[in-house]
Amino acid sequence: MQDVNFVVNESDFIGVIGPNGGGKTTLLKLILGLMKPSAGRITFNSDLINKNSIGYLPQNATGDINYPVNVTDVILSGLMIRKGVITRMSSADRKKTSEIIDELGLSGMEKASLNELSGGQLQRVFLGRAIIGNPKLLLLDEPGNFVDASFESNFYGKLKDLNKRMAILMVSHDLGMISSHVRSYACVNRKLHYHPSSEISNEQLLAYGCPIQLITHGTVPHTVLKQHS
Amino acid sequence: MEGSIFQYDFIVKGLLGAVFASITAGLAGTYIVSRKMVFLSGGITHASFGGIGIGYFAGFNPVVGAAIFGILSALGVEYLSVKHKIREDSAIGILWAFGMAIGIIFIYLTPGYSPNLMSYLFGSILTVTSADIIALGIMSVVLIAYFGIFYRTILYISFDESFARTYSSYVNIFKYITTALIALTIVLNIRMAGVILVLSLLTIPPNIAMLFTKVYSSIIIWSVVAGFVGTAAGYTISYFAGIPVGATIIFTLAVIWILMKIISRLITGLAKGQEKSGINNEEQTK
Repeated sequence: MQDVNFVVNESDFIGVIGPNGGGKTTLLKLILGLMKPSAGRITFNSDLINKNSIGYLPQNATGDINYPVNVTDVILSGLMIRKGVITRMSSADRKKTSEIIDELGLSGMEKASLNELSGGQLQRVFLGRAIIGNPKLLLLDEPGNFVDASFESNFYGKLKDLNKRMAILMVSHDLGMISSHVRSYACVNRKLHYHPSSEISNEQLLAYGCPIQLITHGTVPHTVLKQHS
Repeated sequence: MEGSIFQYDFIVKGLLGAVFASITAGLAGTYIVSRKMVFLSGGITHASFGGIGIGYFAGFNPVVGAAIFGILSALGVEYLSVKHKIREDSAIGILWAFGMAIGIIFIYLTPGYSPNLMSYLFGSILTVTSADIIALGIMSVVLIAYFGIFYRTILYISFDESFARTYSSYVNIFKYITTALIALTIVLNIRMAGVILVLSLLTIPPNIAMLFTKVYSSIIIWSVVAGFVGTAAGYTISYFAGIPVGATIIFTLAVIWILMKIISRLITGLAKGQEKSGINNEEQTK
């Protein structure tokens, strides 16, 4: 990737779009510090944010769903893993976990194993793990991948709520679906082109050769773009 | 008189051995079973036989040789798999046989007959020394402290390593330390159950526990209990029937596992049956 230059502000909701292999996941890894840029740098406003105030929802469930952990353990891990290596669960941690469980509609599943959950429920558990630390920036890597249909619009509604508390950077193929909530776009294909407004024209898309999967729902405001030639 | 001292020694060794073996195997076993590292552990076990052979040949304690071989091969496989430079299963398969080959070559090169070879392959309480028991006791304390202090960190790293990596820079350190401790646990238990059977001492108890609980800490506790029952029963049977200890322990544990599997099936079957009849009743009342 080269010529990547953009700023994420406090209440941004940025959709990162672009073809596979274009560098979308690389961009997230750079922000998370899992990869180091070969040139240039990534800076955080240290008053607002540090590495620990970034929430991350990976592309696929990377954890083994047959592993002996329950929903509470997994959501809690989002808090504990930041606290250093010797960690005990405090009553505040426990309270915070049950708040997140309520907020994400997972009540009653506190003790459930991951292999007992549906894809959408699993997604919410991992979202819970990402947001329990009250991040200032939430990174989502193709969250549409394993959301079940019944929860899908719910899930994006949830993101809109979360956007009141944190900036969101969402990697997605799912442009039609996200366009109602996303406020700005970053097109990634080796280079990054940042579009500050939510308006996105066919010409702009064509210029960067981003193949976009269009998903439209009757009740959700959407923009239909012409087919790429 | 001599007979009774011998008997007393056997019972004390057997009892302490059973306690420490089940504690170490329960903790290490829960980790390897839930992280799906059973095959890797098999590789470590058999590779350590190379160290036993070299120990015999060079005239130092074969357990020390086994420990060095076990830890180095374990760390080697972890290191290579972290770097993604190898096909892990192939590497383990090579390590497995290579260690055995080294062991056999050096034992054959050692002048004179090696009467204890069978005890390393199949385990024997008669050759277990007080030093072995003390080493296992220390290992039990170390493992309890390690898992007790770092419980959540170990749990979360082995559940989702790549997520843990986004927040913790200690992931590799913990993987290496835990793997080294597992290798050491395996090697120290080889005296009890032997190279060929020791893996089952680690893997059968957690599998018995997991039939009834899915909570990590409960799996550890019930693994230790199941391991102790199996080991103690194995000793007793072995003593009275005059058959090898290692084989008797593993046989006993496997029989317990099969019985528990049947029982857990019956329990879930009954629960489902009740649910079904409950639904039928509801339908009938409608």
